[in-house]
Amino acid sequence: MNIMLHMPALLIVLPLLAAFVTPLIDKLSRKARNAFVIAIVVIEEIMMLFFAFHIFSGNIAIYTMGSSEPTKLVTEAAVPIRIVLEVDAMSAFMGIISATVAMAAAIYSISFVEESKGKGKFYTLLLIMLAGMIGMEFTGDLFNMFVFLEILSISSCALIAYRNSDGNAVEGAFKYMVVSNIAALLVLFSIALLYSQYDLLNIAALSKVISYTELDKVALVLLVTSFAMKAGSVPMHYWVPDGYSPAPASITAMLVSATQASLYALFRVSFTLYGKVITASYIGVFLIILGLLSMFIGVTMALSQKDIKRLMAYHSVSQTGYMLLGVGIGLYLLNTSDFNTYGIKAMEGGIFHIINNAMYKGLLFLTAGAIFYRLKTRNLNEMGGLAHSMKYTTLFFIIGALAIAGIPPFNGFASKLLIYEAAYRVSPILSIVAMIVSILTLASFVKVFHSAFMGAKIYEVEEAPKSMLIGMAILAAVIIILSIFPGLVVDKIVAPAAHALANWQVYAGGV
Amino acid sequence: MIWAMYFAVAVLLTAGLYGVITKKNLMKVFISLSIMETGVNLLLITIGYIPGGTAPIENGNFAKYVDPVPQALVLTAIVIGVSVTALALSLLIMYHSKAGTLEYKEGMKW
Repeated sequence: MNIMLHMPALLIVLPLLAAFVTPLIDKLSRKARNAFVIAIVVIEEIMMLFFAFHIFSGNIAIYTMGSSEPTKLVTEAAVPIRIVLEVDAMSAFMGIISATVAMAAAIYSISFVEESKGKGKFYTLLLIMLAGMIGMEFTGDLFNMFVFLEILSISSCALIAYRNSDGNAVEGAFKYMVVSNIAALLVLFSIALLYSQYDLLNIAALSKVISYTELDKVALVLLVTSFAMKAGSVPMHYWVPDGYSPAPASITAMLVSATQASLYALFRVSFTLYGKVITASYIGVFLIILGLLSMFIGVTMALSQKDIKRLMAYHSVSQTGYMLLGVGIGLYLLNTSDFNTYGIKAMEGGIFHIINNAMYKGLLFLTAGAIFYRLKTRNLNEMGGLAHSMKYTTLFFIIGALAIAGIPPFNGFASKLLIYEAAYRVSPILSIVAMIVSILTLASFVKVFHSAFMGAKIYEVEEAPKSMLIGMAILAAVIIILSIFPGLVVDKIVAPAAHALANWQVYAGGV
Repeated sequence: MIWAMYFAVAVLLTAGLYGVITKKNLMKVFISLSIMETGVNLLLITIGYIPGGTAPIENGNFAKYVDPVPQALVLTAIVIGVSVTALALSLLIMYHSKAGTLEYKEGMKW
C-alpha cells in the first residue's frame, strides 16, 4: 500500500479521529492526554510536510472517498460522483500553514489552559478545528467545503467562548456564530444556484462547464462576499476584534489560520471555479478595494486600542488587506498580457504574505497570551517593564513585531516588497497606501513594545512556562527560516502555489 | 406550484436576513437565522423536485423520479443546523446568566 496515495484522506481523518479519542484518554490521565495530543499534531505536521513536498514537485493528488481504488475517479455519468478530494500546490501550501500553527498552538496550550476545567474537550475542539481547516483546503467538492466550513466555525465558536466566565467571550462567540452562519448559508445558497444549472458539485468538473449565466454571477457575488466576510475583511470585520480578544491565545493563533482557510476558499472560487469565464476584471477591482479598506481601516483602528489582543486583532484585519490586495491584483490582471510579467508577482507576494502572516501573527498572539498568563490583564496601560523578567517572550515579541512591520531582513519585508512592486505597476496609489499602512503598523507595535516591555520593573513575574516558550519558539523558528531564505521559499513553495491558482486548467484537468 | 416554492424561499430568506439585521434581542436574531436556514433548505429541495416525480427507489416501473442529491444535501444541512442550534442556545443561556437579559446593549459592563 502506497501511503502517499491515501495521504489526502489520512491528513483529515487523523485529527478528526484523534479529537474523539482525546476525551477517553483524558479519563485515564492528564499526562497521557497531553502526550497523545502533542504526538498527533507533530505526526500531522510531519505527514503534511512530506505530502506537501510531494505535491510541490508537480503532482496533483486525487482521492475519491469510499472507493476501492481511491485514485481513480468513479465517472459513470461522465462526471465524477462521490466526494473527491483534490490537492494541488495551493491546497498543500495552506495545509502546511494550518498544521504548523496547530502544532504550535497545541504545545502552547499545555500550560496555558492548565488551570481551567474541561481541558479534554478543549483539545477535542482544537483538533476538530484543525480537521476542519485541512478539510476546507483539501476538498474538491463544493458541498463538502460547506460542511468543513461549518465544522470549522462551530468548533472555533465554542473555543472563543471557552473562558465562559468572561461575558465578553460569550458575546464575541455569539457574534462570530451569527456572522459565520450567515456566510455559510449564503455559500449553501450559491451551491444550490450552481447545482440547479449544472447538476454538479465537483469544483473541477464545474469549472469546465460553467458558462457565466446571470445565476452564476449571483452565485459568484454571494460566494466572494461570504468568504470575505469569514476572512474578516473590512465591511464585515467587526467580529474579528470581538472574537479574537477574549479567546485563549492559542485559539486566537488558530483563528488567524482559520480566516486564511476562508481566504483560500475565496481564491479557489474566484480563480479556479470561475477561472474559465472571469474575463471581466471587476471582481479583481472589488478585491483590491476590499484590500485597501481593510489595510487602512484595520491599522487606524488598531492605533487607538488599549487592549493588547484587540490591537493585534485589528492588525490582522489590516494584514488580510495585504493578501487581498496582492491576489486581487493578480485576479485583475488575469488573462491579460501583463499577468505574466507582474500579475503573477503580485500573487506570489499575496500568497507569501499568507504564510508570513499566519506565523508572525500567531507568534504575536502567543506572546500576548504569555503576558496575560502572568499579569492576568490585557490592558496595555497596566503593563510595563516586562523585558526585565520575561526575556524570551520579549525576544519573540521583537521578532514578531519586526516581521509584521516589514523591517528587512524579516519575511514580512520580502512579501510586502513583492506586493509594493507589482502594485506600483498597476497604480502608484496602491503601493503608497500599502507603505503608509506598513509604517503605521510599525508605529503601533513600537507603542506596544514600549508600554509592555520597556521601563522600570513593575511586576515581579517569572518567565512564561516551558511549553508556552516551545510553542512560541516553533513559530519564531519558522519566521527566521522564511526570513533567511525568502528566495528559496518563493521559488519552491510560493510560486507553485501561485501558478496552481492562476492556471485553472491544471486543477480542472486533474478530474 | 413550483413558483410558490421559490416565492416562499425568497420570503423566508429576506425575512430571516431582515430579522438578523434589525432585531436587538439575541434570541430573535437566532430565530431569524433559523428562518434563513429553512429558506435555503427549501430552495435545495425545490431545485431537485420534478412535478409528479416519485422517490428514486428502483421497483421496476419508475419513469420520473426526483433528484436525490439535493435531498441528501438538505439532510446534511439540517444536521449541521441542529448543532448550530445547540451551540447558539447554550451561548444564549450563558449570556442570559451574565447579563440578566437577552437584549443586546451597547457598551455592556461585564
